[in-house]
Amino acid sequence: MLKYLFANEEDIPQGSTALFFAFSSIAWFIIGTGLGSFNAAKLAFPDFYHNVYWLQFGHMRQVHVHAVIFGWIAMAFAASMMYITPTLGNTKLWSEKLGVWNCLLYNVGLCLALALLWSGMTSGREYSDHIWPIDLYIAFVMVVPWALNVWMTVLNRRTQGIYTTNWFFAACMFMTIIVFLIGNLPEFFHLTGLNEAYMTWWFAHNILGLLITPVAAAITYYIIPKITGNPLYSHRVGHLHFWSIVVFYSTPAAHHLMSSPLPEWLKSFASVEGVLILVPAIAYVSNILLTMQGKWSMFIENIEVKFTITGVFLAIPLNMQGGFQQTRAINWYIHGTGWIVAHAHLALLGFSTFAEAAAVYYGIQVLLRRKLYSSSLANFHFWMLLIGFSLYWVSMTIAGLIQGAAKIYEVPYIDVVIAEHPYMIVRWLGGTMVFLGNIVWMFNMYMTATAGDHVPEGRQPAEVAYTR
Amino acid sequence: MAFREYKIGCMMFGVALSTSMFVTIFLPGLDISAIGSTEEALKKQLTYGWESGFNYYDPFLAGKDKPIKVTLTHDPVTGKKIDKVDAYVFKPGTHFPNGLTHENIMGKKVLALSNSRGHINQASEENGGVFLVDVDAASGTPYVEFATATKGWSVDATLKAADQQFLAGSGKTMFIREGCWWCHTLLPEETQDWQTFGRPPVTGDFNGESPTTFGSDRKAPDLLHVGSRNSSREWMTMHFFNPRLVQPHSIMPRYNYLWGKTDAKGNVIDRQKWDREFMAYNNGETAYPPEVPEPAPDSDARKLIDFVLNLK
Ligand code: HEC
Ligand code: HEM
Ligand code: HEM
Repeated sequence: MLKYLFANEEDIPQGSTALFFAFSSIAWFIIGTGLGSFNAAKLAFPDFYHNVYWLQFGHMRQVHVHAVIFGWIAMAFAASMMYITPTLGNTKLWSEKLGVWNCLLYNVGLCLALALLWSGMTSGREYSDHIWPIDLYIAFVMVVPWALNVWMTVLNRRTQGIYTTNWFFAACMFMTIIVFLIGNLPEFFHLTGLNEAYMTWWFAHNILGLLITPVAAAITYYIIPKITGNPLYSHRVGHLHFWSIVVFYSTPAAHHLMSSPLPEWLKSFASVEGVLILVPAIAYVSNILLTMQGKWSMFIENIEVKFTITGVFLAIPLNMQGGFQQTRAINWYIHGTGWIVAHAHLALLGFSTFAEAAAVYYGIQVLLRRKLYSSSLANFHFWMLLIGFSLYWVSMTIAGLIQGAAKIYEVPYIDVVIAEHPYMIVRWLGGTMVFLGNIVWMFNMYMTATAGDHVPEGRQPAEVAYTR
Repeated sequence: MAFREYKIGCMMFGVALSTSMFVTIFLPGLDISAIGSTEEALKKQLTYGWESGFNYYDPFLAGKDKPIKVTLTHDPVTGKKIDKVDAYVFKPGTHFPNGLTHENIMGKKVLALSNSRGHINQASEENGGVFLVDVDAASGTPYVEFATATKGWSVDATLKAADQQFLAGSGKTMFIREGCWWCHTLLPEETQDWQTFGRPPVTGDFNGESPTTFGSDRKAPDLLHVGSRNSSREWMTMHFFNPRLVQPHSIMPRYNYLWGKTDAKGNVIDRQKWDREFMAYNNGETAYPPEVPEPAPDSDARKLIDFVLNLK
């Protein structure tokens, strides 16, 4: 890849950017889940590696979160956008050269950002932990060039309309930049107090709601019709999804701070808007599942469909959980407990990761025109992820319910810690399965790139039989 | 090529997003900013200083650029006995918290009193000074008093006269750097935490504080009022060195590295040896655990302990 940095635009093969991003994302997935697993071990066994000061929980936790969000999720998004946007516009990526540079500087920036976080240089604000110079780097060096490539590709399209996936991509990149710059205002301008606290969660909520949720959904809008051959069930329902995301998902940030002394009207407003997120959620899930009509056998046979549809299925409990956990009647019980950690992983490790993994699996095959090396390894990866995630989710949900019960009965806190211990161990085991599965994935993708069977021109990878 | 430009769509998108931001950022911002500082907020600001996260004056989060909180029982100038009072000492050059420099953060009434009675308009960052927090008995309005102007208390005299110095401002920086807030919250919940963790804060309690570090995942007790539950410096010292020493089931990490190389007496701290002795105690081979070294007065551990004990 590096040899393309100074090549002429015409000499860079199409898809280089997407491939570079795709392999980087898998690498970050391994690193990020490895860190997660390490953190989980620390929470189960606090004296695990306690003598290595670099490996303190308080220094590592945010590194895990940012490695998986900026490394895995965001880079898998970039990889998907870099090949899906041009394909849907029937054109080339606007600039492969910009893309390759973008990916390189993205990786460099992320290493730097994580190293600083790791060393304890933090703004002390969850999800916007990065210090402001890094925020500016992320916004202008990592995200703006990426957005530019997407927007220009959409503008240079050779189709009349824009397909659902591409409006999502273009709009989400715009919203991400806005959210990033506005959400970090407290740091740029030293805003303080409740304003700072609220803006922190405005940022966190909207990065989840206006970047991660809709882009993961947009990817499935491409993968499912493309691989099954069925047209999207309804373009109109896609519209409903899009507009209700913009209107309803951008508003309930205050539901993360339901137990804080924010103005009451704001909390009530957020709570209502939060329930309304069920509109895009239901529109989206039904649209995709109805697109599968007549092709349900592919859910069993085809690895990309299997991943995508599993992700869509996981979006159902995710949104149901989200919708009710932020009402006042329930939020006080589960706020700040393991339940929320389980919800966060259902969202990011469940729904969104499964959707992105499918896009990365598919992207690497079509870009290299090589069939996936081994279907057995891919299935192994799938089950490691699904079982590992399920262990994680079930154990943390139970731990959360215990913590919630302890709020009512006001038991000494240490009893809660003792009661949670077995679940902490299960979470660690589950998370480690995800980590190990990812190593197998990297091997499988590397072998695909070097030894996968060739897919003939004009054919889909799905049409070629597996040999392994 | 003639293709659709999506003009209406783009306009609608702009309108929708701007309206959303108007309702969720601008309006709450107005509402929150309209509330003045409470007594709690004034005390917190004067304890924690300008900014506790990454900033230009303390890029490595070493706890620099922070005021010192002291308790006084004698007047620093006259040496006469006075009622016990907390004073906040800003050495020359220490940056003031936002409340002292922004009218809307302090609140109109609070600022008026602080100027008329507290003379804070005479304070400057270059010269530093000593501040007190008072409450106007008639109206209940809190205000800041610039004791250097009203009482002639200078920085040096106040530090010398102090019974106790709390490096709680630097300690908050440690709290943020070491990620205590991934386990502990600083926000007793409004619904059910009264009994266990104490009074939940009210809207004006946060004015001028940055970052607020409420914490979103609570895996450990809320700390906002921990100093009133447990004010033992000895317990805290042992607990930070190795929480399993006082609470065998704790999952809190050890913070023995915050002691630095040497203890208060200048002896080198041998953590390996300490660990071996602790293991021997743990396995029942010895009757007593090893002694926990006393942290040096400028160590990170001391700052953190001061911060925690100051959370009343
Ligand atoms: C892995 C999670 C974790 C981290 C990180 C952590 N703690 Fe704790 N802490 C606990 C748990 C669990 C307890 C309750 C059991 C005990 O007393 O040790 C506790 C107890 C405490 C207590 C006593 C609370 C009481 O109600 O008596 C204090 C004070 C405290 N921690 C301060 C800190 C500080 C300061 C830091 C950062 C340097 C920190 N903790 C980091 C988990 C954590
Ligand atoms: C109907 C939809 C949803 C609603 C109403 C909702 C609501 C909430 C609420 C209220 C919280 C905070 C709970 C608390 O701390 O008390 C929360 C946390 C979280 N949500 Fe959702 N959620 C929804 C869907 C999603 C989706 C789709 C994602 C991401 C793809 C997501 C990701 C997260 C994450 C990561 C957290 C953890 C934040 C933290 O660190 O505390 N949620 N959600
Ligand atoms: C792509 C996969 C993953 C993503 C996107 C992800 C994301 C996140 C997020 C957003 C949080 C913050 C949660 C919150 O504050 O509520 C978090 C915390 C955490 N994650 Fe993950 N995670 C992933 C995989 C894993 C794995 C495989 C493990 C291994 C066990 C793991 C272990 C943890 C731990 C231990 C925490 C700290 C939880 C706490 O503070 O209580 N994660 N992760």
